[in-house]
Amino acid sequence: MDGEELTEQETALYDRQIRVWGADAQRRLSKAHVLIGGMKGTIAEVCKNIVLAGVGSVTLVDDSPVTEESLNANFLIPSDETLYEGRSIAEVCCDSLKDFNPMVHVSAEKGDLSSLSTEILEKFDVVIVSGCSLSTKKAINGKCRKLSKRIAFYSVDCRDSCGEIFVDLQDHSCTKKQVNETVECRLQYPSFEEAIAVPWKILPKRISKLYFATRVIERFEETETRTSGETSLADLPNVLKLRKELCEAQCISESQIPDSLLERLLLGKLEFPPVCAIIGGILGQEVIKAISCKGEPIKNFFYFDAADGKGLIEDISNPNSAS
Amino acid sequence: MASQQQSDAIKGAKVLMVGAGGIGCELLKTLALSGFQDIHIIDMDTIEVSNLNRQFLFRQSHVGQSKAKVARDAVLKFRPHISITAHHANIKSSEFDVDFFQKFDVVLNGLDNLDARRHVNRIRLAAGVPLVESGTTGFLGQVAVHVKDRTECYECYPKPAPKSYPVCTITSTPSKFVHCIVWAKDLLFAKLFGDKNQENDLNVRSSDGASSSEHTADIFERRNDEDIDCYGRRIYDHVFGYNIELALSNDETWKNRTRPKPIYSSDVLSDNQQNGNLDKNCSSSDLVLVSAMATLGLKNPQDVWNLAENSKVLLEAVKLFFLKRQKEIGSLTFDKDDQLAVEFVTAAANIRAASFGIPLHSLFEAKGIAGNIVHAVATTNAVVAGLIVIEAFKLLNEDLVNVRMTFCNEHPKRKMLLMPVEPFEPNETCFVCSKTPLTLEVNAPHTKFRDFIEKIVREKLGMSLPTVMQGNFLLYEDGDDLDEDERRNYEANLEKVLSKLPSPVTGGTSMLVGDLNQKLSCEINIKQREEFDEEKEPDGMVLIGWLQAPTDTENKASVQNGESTSGTGANQAMPSEIAEAKEAEVNAASKKRNFSELSNSSFSHPSSGKDKSSKNKETPCIGRSSATGCWINLLCMNSDIFSSKIKPVHGIRLILVIMLGFAFIPSSLSPCSILCHCGGFNCVRNM
Repeated sequence: MDGEELTEQETALYDRQIRVWGADAQRRLSKAHVLIGGMKGTIAEVCKNIVLAGVGSVTLVDDSPVTEESLNANFLIPSDETLYEGRSIAEVCCDSLKDFNPMVHVSAEKGDLSSLSTEILEKFDVVIVSGCSLSTKKAINGKCRKLSKRIAFYSVDCRDSCGEIFVDLQDHSCTKKQVNETVECRLQYPSFEEAIAVPWKILPKRISKLYFATRVIERFEETETRTSGETSLADLPNVLKLRKELCEAQCISESQIPDSLLERLLLGKLEFPPVCAIIGGILGQEVIKAISCKGEPIKNFFYFDAADGKGLIEDISNPNSAS
Repeated sequence: MASQQQSDAIKGAKVLMVGAGGIGCELLKTLALSGFQDIHIIDMDTIEVSNLNRQFLFRQSHVGQSKAKVARDAVLKFRPHISITAHHANIKSSEFDVDFFQKFDVVLNGLDNLDARRHVNRIRLAAGVPLVESGTTGFLGQVAVHVKDRTECYECYPKPAPKSYPVCTITSTPSKFVHCIVWAKDLLFAKLFGDKNQENDLNVRSSDGASSSEHTADIFERRNDEDIDCYGRRIYDHVFGYNIELALSNDETWKNRTRPKPIYSSDVLSDNQQNGNLDKNCSSSDLVLVSAMATLGLKNPQDVWNLAENSKVLLEAVKLFFLKRQKEIGSLTFDKDDQLAVEFVTAAANIRAASFGIPLHSLFEAKGIAGNIVHAVATTNAVVAGLIVIEAFKLLNEDLVNVRMTFCNEHPKRKMLLMPVEPFEPNETCFVCSKTPLTLEVNAPHTKFRDFIEKIVREKLGMSLPTVMQGNFLLYEDGDDLDEDERRNYEANLEKVLSKLPSPVTGGTSMLVGDLNQKLSCEINIKQREEFDEEKEPDGMVLIGWLQAPTDTENKASVQNGESTSGTGANQAMPSEIAEAKEAEVNAASKKRNFSELSNSSFSHPSSGKDKSSKNKETPCIGRSSATGCWINLLCMNSDIFSSKIKPVHGIRLILVIMLGFAFIPSSLSPCSILCHCGGFNCVRNM
């Protein structure tokens, strides 16, 4: 590629994965800088996966303190409480993560996701956010798109035993293997805002119900100015009202968004650790694919629901828009 | 998913995890986070550097320590109040018997080889404990649930086998680099450094009786006062020069092939060329430190050496073996973690490749091929571990209707990266879970009892401590607790032919074969048969009723494959059968029901937790063997056997390619080690 060789130490450590994705991809990984916001269980999994894979650096942003709840699915937080007194969850996780791979630079940055400037974002190749509001998601994704440099944007959330990944690689070229040949492929992604603006009635009938249900909950939290996941079963009547409005406006049947699914999502403040592992594993792999430009990435939503065990890709982009 | 009732079931559960490797680390973490409070973990392995890229509970400072124990300590750091019991031991050891297994509510496997998987399958069947089985390779992975009498057991359907190569391709007409690797590892390395008494096809040539067997046996011995450099060059000239000349003398072989070029050491290296500087090499006998690359100043394992460099590495490696590791000569088996052995095999394979006009490869690539190295990444292991825990939840909540077998795809199939399918029903003729009698066709007056024990009981049936009875007469037992008389008695039996045993085994009689540790026994009915096809039935025995995948070689194949199973390289050339009938069967099955139909039917089932109407029984039997074949193929992947499945010559493999579309596995990384004797026209054994 660019002539720089992997060191002996890198070759020994990454032996098994170089056999999967090749030395070129490994070199690209080691030069990639990743920004991660929102240190929940799924994000802990993602961090572990990309630090082990050997990215160049990982920068964590989350000023919130460690709480009982954050311990639920996050294995980066040690049990010793004296270690996190007066420190942010990003700082605590940073310490654990550093140990995973001495060749990766891991750091924690102070600040609020919603106010991240384009100057800061510009330093990164990949931005991953979790647990942020609808408007923050749109804003960060929008800022990434304004830069001349192409930044891969992901958002990820798990509620109860369901998980959602959103991917925006803008204009992405990659190689993928087909039977015995390598082919080039190019993908155009819509932004998060564009994707969720696609009229529901033009989406394929068999689309994952989780897509609609997540949009309803997301909108609910936004209008009620709740933080992500700050919901309970008591919200159900209002959520059902919102569902009715949205479904009428979008001309789809309310049966596309079952009550039982909304109930689960409302209750699911706590992440279900096996689903964090699955979603975090899939997202980790996507980040590696995007950086290495090897393998066809997800376009543009991924859903997993432990209730049926399916891990589904949904392409939600407007066929008419020139995104 | 995680209701209060469910979490109570989890808290009270006692879980046995087998394997603390790639999947094991992820699994232990996810179990602990998910609320499991009593976990036992068994692993005999110690930590290696190449584990650290994915086995995230381990650090550089842990290299050499017990995986099970370090994993436990690491998880206790974030979940200090749960109970994790680590066993640094072999799962096959007698302490882990049926009584031990019965203490658990569920067994979760994160294993890397067929042999251990079979062993666990048998004991947990006897103990009546459900099993969640798993496997990954690269981006592909699978999870399956095995519940006695409800779903298939791990051994209900055929297992895949390593790719095998016809002996003459390896010994005379290699056309791919992998053929050169097999030759270098299983023949040359084994001949020079392995057990001298082992059968070796190194001298099979396409020329009839060019030299007497006595003569060739001597060639590879270092003479008493022979200079080590002279010895190395003599071997070099013999195998790369003289043997090639000899092969060339048979024009028939080369009619439609490119003629190889004999290579002599003097062509490549000047006569008095100094081969590295031994003084620079330290006196340590550490496997890693004795390296021909190091003494020759070659650094990057990704570089492809030229012919001269390969020749130097080869001669240097031979020298180092004799000067630094003399004691091991005669007992060495190829081990991918043995640097010097990998250097020797890389160099020898490359010189042979040069001779046959085959492109040369780097040490990194050669090591992957020779060591059957698993391609492994953390992400797939994490996903698979998550899926295992979800299935464990269902089992512990007795939600059997909803248990699923799940495939992790590299490319989406029907939009799915994670694809659940209904588990399969038990095979009614499985000798393991249905105790169906087997039939053995054998020439009783000519077959030694020892061959029966080794080739059938140990290899095919996978029993490690077998007991053989006929009627009430005990013919054989294995174990530590035998007294001298018994041992002598059984030894004597081993040397007898079946029909001359104290209780004669002949056509129409039957034997009871069992393994006390595995609590498995099966009846074998004997059928007398005089003639066997030497090529297709090299054992001189045919076991009927025991399902075998095409070119299956079972146990021996499995032990060499584990990524963490060190030092077990099978350097023995082992003939394997080609079960054509079985292959045809699988092909037929795949035609009857292709995969998309299969998944259709699975997904049409309601799978919400509230729907208890069992549709399991409706799963049609047809096509099961094909799909399960795929499944098991993948399950064995972690044991690298998998990459041998690239060439879709068999029905099973073809399906695999279609349904999983795994394109990222380089076809050059085919493991090898097993030679099959083809009906070669010119092949002559000179042993």
